[in-house]
Amino acid sequence: MTTVQPRSEVSSVLRPAAEHPEPASPLRASLVYAKRAMLKIRHVPEQLFDVTVFPIMMTLMFTFLFGGALAGSVDAYVQYLIPGIFAQTIIMITMYTGLTLNKDIEKGIFDRFRSLPVWRPAPLVGALLGDQVRYLLAGAITMALGFMLGFRPEGGLLSVLVATVLLLVFAFALSWMWTMIALLVRTEQALMGISMFILMPLVFASNIFVDPATMPRWLQGFVEVNPVSVVVTAMRDVMSGSPVASDILLVFVWSAILVAGFGPISMMLYNRKT
Amino acid sequence: MLDSPEPAVVATGLRKAFGGKVAVAGVDLTIPRGGVFGILGPNGAGKTTVIRMLATLLPVDGGQARVLGHDLRTAGGEIRRRVALTGQFASLDEDLTGRENLTLISQLFGYSAGEARQRARELLAAFGLLDAADRQVKKYSGGMRRRLDIAASLVVTPELLFLDEPTTGLDPRSRNQVWDIVRSLVSAGTTVLLTTQYLDEADRLADRIAVIDHGRVIAEGTSDELKALIGQGTVKVRLADPADRRRAAELLTALLDSEPLPRTDPVEIDFTVTGDAPVAEVLTRLEAAGFAVTAFSLGQPSLDEVFLAITGEPSHEDADDSREDPE
Ligand SMILES: Nc1ncnc2c1ncn2[C@@H]1O[C@H](COP(=O)(O)OP(=O)(O)OP(=O)(O)O)[C@@H](O)[C@H]1O
Ligand SMILES: [Mg+2]
Repeated sequence: MTTVQPRSEVSSVLRPAAEHPEPASPLRASLVYAKRAMLKIRHVPEQLFDVTVFPIMMTLMFTFLFGGALAGSVDAYVQYLIPGIFAQTIIMITMYTGLTLNKDIEKGIFDRFRSLPVWRPAPLVGALLGDQVRYLLAGAITMALGFMLGFRPEGGLLSVLVATVLLLVFAFALSWMWTMIALLVRTEQALMGISMFILMPLVFASNIFVDPATMPRWLQGFVEVNPVSVVVTAMRDVMSGSPVASDILLVFVWSAILVAGFGPISMMLYNRKT
Repeated sequence: MLDSPEPAVVATGLRKAFGGKVAVAGVDLTIPRGGVFGILGPNGAGKTTVIRMLATLLPVDGGQARVLGHDLRTAGGEIRRRVALTGQFASLDEDLTGRENLTLISQLFGYSAGEARQRARELLAAFGLLDAADRQVKKYSGGMRRRLDIAASLVVTPELLFLDEPTTGLDPRSRNQVWDIVRSLVSAGTTVLLTTQYLDEADRLADRIAVIDHGRVIAEGTSDELKALIGQGTVKVRLADPADRRRAAELLTALLDSEPLPRTDPVEIDFTVTGDAPVAEVLTRLEAAGFAVTAFSLGQPSLDEVFLAITGEPSHEDADDSREDPE
C-alpha cells in the first residue's frame, strides 16, 4: 500500500517561486469555495434534508392549517400564501449558513483557509454562494408543490423567476447576519437558540400568513418595517403581474443595509477569530 | 546562511493573552534562513500560539516581528504569499477526498482547473497517497492525514513552512516519513519552523532549537549547545536494595562529577551526564563496591529533564498553575 517515498519524490514536486501562478482573484477564489460547498453536498447528501423536507412540510402544513380558517377556502388562500411560504422557507434555511460555518471553524480548516494568499472574505462569500444552490432547490420544491395545490401566478413563469431573484438577493444579504452570529457564538446549541429567537418574530410577525390589516395597530407597525414583509410584498406584487418599483427598490435597500452592516463586522470577527 | 538578506523570522517581545490568561509572555526569536528551527516545549507552553501569530492567523497583543523581511502587522498579505502552515490539528476538509482537497487548494493558488487536477495528482503520488486519493479524508489514518496536510502546504513551495507538532500521535514509520519530507524540503531551500514536544525529534531534525515554557524562551541554541547546557544524556540505575541508595549515589556523584536528579523512587538513581563522563565504568564500579544493580540504562535526557536542568524545576503540564513569575 503506502510505501515510504524516497526523498527525491517529494523534492520532485517542489516548484520554484518563478513557476508559481498568481493566486486566484477574489471572484475566482469565492467560486472555488462555492465549489467546495457543492462537493460537500455530493459527499454528504443528507445535508439536503432540510432544504427538501422542510419546504414540503411548511407548504402543506400552513396551507391546510390556515387555509380554511383565514381565507375561507384553501384555493383562495393558496394565491396569497405561496409567495409568502416561498420566502419563509428560504429565510428559515438561511439559518443553516451559520451552523455550517460554526462547524468549519471548530474543525481547524479555517486556519488553512486564512493562511492562503487569497482575498480573505472568499471562504465566507463562497459558502454563501454555495448556499444559493440549496435555496434554489428548496424554492423549486416549494413552487412545484404550490402549483400542485393550485397556485397560479398572474405574472406567469417569468414573474416567478424575478421574485426568486429578489428572494435570493435578500437571502444572501441576510446570511451575513448568521455569519456574524456564528463567529460570535461558541457552541452550536447557543447558535441554534439565538437563530430561532431572531427568526420567529421575523417570520411570524410578518405579512406571510395574514394581511396585517387584521392585526392590532402596535403589531402592524412592526410588521410593516419587518424586512421579511418588505420582501414578501415585493414578491407578491411581481407574481401578481403588477410589480411595484418602490417595493422592489426597498428589497435592495434592505439587502444593502444587511450586507453593509453585518459584512464588515463578520470580516473583522473572522480575521480576529482565535 | 549569513549571506541571506534578512533572517526568516525576527521576533522581539511577542505577546499574546487570551482573556486574562497569558499564553505568550514576550518571546524573542531569530530564525535564520534555510534549515530547520525547532520550538520545543510541553503542552500549553505557547508553541501553537507563537506559530499562529507568525503565520498571521492571530493578531499579536504586543511586540514586533518580521517574517521573511515583512512586518507582521502591516504586510500580512505579503507574508501569506510566502509561508505555509500545517496546523496541529488537520486543516483539511474531512468530507472531501484527498484529491478534491488538493485540487481546490491548487485552484486557490491560481492553477486553472486542469492544472490543479494535475498538480493534485503529482502531490498525491509523491506523498504515497495515490491509492487513497478518492477516499474521504475522514477515512484516512493519522499518518495519511499528516502527509496530505503537508502536501496541501506544498502546492506552491513556501519559503517558510510552519509545522505545528507534525509527528505527535504518529507511529514510528509515519514519523520517519514526515522527517524525510522535512529533510527534502530543507534540501530544496525551504526554511522549516517546527514545534515538537520531543527532544529526540528536535535533536534529529533541527539545526537550532528554542525551548519554551510558560510562553517564554528559556533556552536557545544548536542541539550541541543545548546538550552542553543540559548534559549529554541520563544514566539511570536501579538498585536491588533501597538501603544502598545513599552510598551508591555518593560513589556515582564522585565518578560522574554530577549531582543525582531528585527522584522519589527509593531504588532509582538518575544522573545527567556530559559526553566525556566515564559512564562505561558505572556498572563495574557499583559491582565492585558490592551493590546489586537490577537495571541500568543510558538515555537521552527526556523533555522533563531538560526543563529540570534549565529551570531547576519540573515542567508543568498545565500552564494554569499559580507559579509566581520569575521576574
Ligand atoms: N483560543 C484560546 N483561548 C484561550 N486560551 C488559549 C487559546 N489558545 C491557547 N490558549 C492557552 O494558551 C496557552 C498556550 O497554548 P498553546 O496552544 O499555544 O500551547 P502549545 O504549546 O501549542 O501546547 P500543545 O503542546 O498542547 O499544543 C495554553 O495555556 C492554552 O490553554
Ligand atoms: Mg499546540
